[in-house]
Amino acid sequence: MSALEVKNKLDGTLRRNAAGTRERAGIHRKHVHTKASKKTIREIVSSWLFLSPSLIGVATFFVIPFGVVAFYSMVNNPIQKIFVGFENYTRVWNNSAFQQAASNTMRFSLISVPLAVALSLFLAVVMESKIPFKSQFRTFFLSPMMVPIASIVLIWQIMFNYNGIINEIGMWLGGSRIDWFKSDNAQIVIVLLFLWKNLGYNMILFMAALSSVPKELIEVSRLESATEWQIFWRIKMRYLSSTILFVAIMSLINSFKVFREIYLMTGDYPYNTLYMLQHFMNNTFQSMDYQKLSSAAVIMSIVIIILMLIMFVTEDRYGRDIEG
Amino acid sequence: MRGRSAGGVYTSAIVERAPENRWLDMPGADPSNPPREVGARELTPEEQRAAEKQQKADNRFYKRAIHRAARNRRIGKIGIALGTIAAGIFAILFLMPIILTITNSFMSTSEINANYGMVFATTESGSKVFISKTVNLKLIPDMATFAQYASVLFKSPEYLMKFWNSMIYVVPIVVFQLFVAMLASFGFARYHGRVKEVIFFLYIILMLMPYQVTLVPNYLVSQWLGLIDTRWAIWLPGIFSPFAVYLLTKFIRRIPTEVMEAASIDGAGEWQIFSQIAMPLCKGGIISIAILVFIDYWNMVEQPLILLTNDEMHPLSVFLSKINAGEISLAFAVAVIYMVPPMLIFLYGEEYLIDGITYQGGIKG
Repeated sequence: MSALEVKNKLDGTLRRNAAGTRERAGIHRKHVHTKASKKTIREIVSSWLFLSPSLIGVATFFVIPFGVVAFYSMVNNPIQKIFVGFENYTRVWNNSAFQQAASNTMRFSLISVPLAVALSLFLAVVMESKIPFKSQFRTFFLSPMMVPIASIVLIWQIMFNYNGIINEIGMWLGGSRIDWFKSDNAQIVIVLLFLWKNLGYNMILFMAALSSVPKELIEVSRLESATEWQIFWRIKMRYLSSTILFVAIMSLINSFKVFREIYLMTGDYPYNTLYMLQHFMNNTFQSMDYQKLSSAAVIMSIVIIILMLIMFVTEDRYGRDIEG
Repeated sequence: MRGRSAGGVYTSAIVERAPENRWLDMPGADPSNPPREVGARELTPEEQRAAEKQQKADNRFYKRAIHRAARNRRIGKIGIALGTIAAGIFAILFLMPIILTITNSFMSTSEINANYGMVFATTESGSKVFISKTVNLKLIPDMATFAQYASVLFKSPEYLMKFWNSMIYVVPIVVFQLFVAMLASFGFARYHGRVKEVIFFLYIILMLMPYQVTLVPNYLVSQWLGLIDTRWAIWLPGIFSPFAVYLLTKFIRRIPTEVMEAASIDGAGEWQIFSQIAMPLCKGGIISIAILVFIDYWNMVEQPLILLTNDEMHPLSVFLSKINAGEISLAFAVAVIYMVPPMLIFLYGEEYLIDGITYQGGIKG
């Protein structure tokens, strides 16, 4: 008998055995299944019953009307309902107010998101080192999250007033007075308010991620006389990468919501650079232009969905990379 | 030699004498007269010199290592000091607006008008208050008084009405959103299936949509059901918001399935498992979510602006922004009253809040 024959025979036996095992297991499983099926079905039905209030509510208030919104965005008006394809979309896309709002929102996001990620990561790293009064600092950093924006805009307006303290400090440092709310610097004020409000939240996320870095890994690298700088960039950053992405995308989504701050600070008619997508929507609500409203909503939801897909795909890849 | 080859890598691990120097630890050892190995021959002058050279090199190496360790300790200390300073600066920047709002609420009307009249002068319509040319930001009022609070609480009922409005919107939303979410999250966590996974993903997408998007469908439904300008237009979308469902499902999935299976085998019905096992185990999560939902809706601005055209029904957040120059003295006191409920909740539930945020990290899990 040649080696090959031996191998084939062995393979055959193994295969037969495996099949037998499978068969036995199959019978066994089937048996269990018939015994439990009645109960299982009952449990599945009851789990759907538990879900039903929420499903009905979400369907009524979000999903079904969103379908209607998508439909409205494709017809000429809600009464005639003549299909016009993407005409409404091109109309919105070419609308100068929409373009202004979209570019402002984008500019705001491009400035505020990197700052939010970097500063909150910095705070988390500081909080992870051996500084005293840690829990107090954590409370301080988190408290802006709890304070309603409406309560704080007063003091913000006073500080950034033309004669306010920020300009006084600026003058003292050799700058000149800036009319913060009515110049191209208006976005800076909102970026600061956005950071003030959101850094604490992001910091907590980063602190959780930092504490999940395996301690042994850091200990070993310290023993191997790695500097703190190397430990941070070579080890911790690898574990933080998915959190950085998460924080970046959450900040991006939060930066779309910044209308609240602007509205409370400057009212219905802000300076040009503060005219955001939500202002555009509010004005369109007032004029009751359903087509414009629906197409704008659909465009924005597509952007958000793309962002989320990016997040999920990357999280899948990086997540596996680290766990594996 | 031994010290060097190992020490090159493990500088911080040297704690013992090298074996050939251990005699130094013996009682009566004389460092100037090292013992000679038994049977060792006399060293030639060349060898002697080489050995001395080696000794010097070793000494230099150890000295450097000690210096490096000391320097690293110093850098560590400086780093901690710098970190504390940075954290302190950030803490001051973060707290300043809150503290200023609180201290300024104790100013008298004339003091506020004198200091900040300018800021709001543009919206003012001809009332005769003294307006100074400069804006003086003051940390401590000249004279602390509760007059503002007194007039908010006893003389101007409209502020309390708006405060009450905020409460009327937020409390039912928190309670019922949590109730709906408890049921739904149990449904999501109990049996996995392809359909449920797709639905859950849909919930995540809905949760992350900004108001610009979700308000359009909300508005359409409210219009069909005739809810515009009623409190239901705020309540219903709030109660069915997917946020609490999503987060509570993440909490429930942490409970080992065996726990619920065991109860099921012991003859517990689904409702019993839900109310007596799953929910009590998620108590911490429920509190965290309640806090997060509360902050979110206490802060709401967009929904009332679009869905309620009647100013009477607006919550305090929207109303505060419409305060005009004549009333700015009251504004600080109102702002402070407005931040009291969330602050109290924060003091009580900071740990829960942090738990809730941590669970949000990594959307999918």
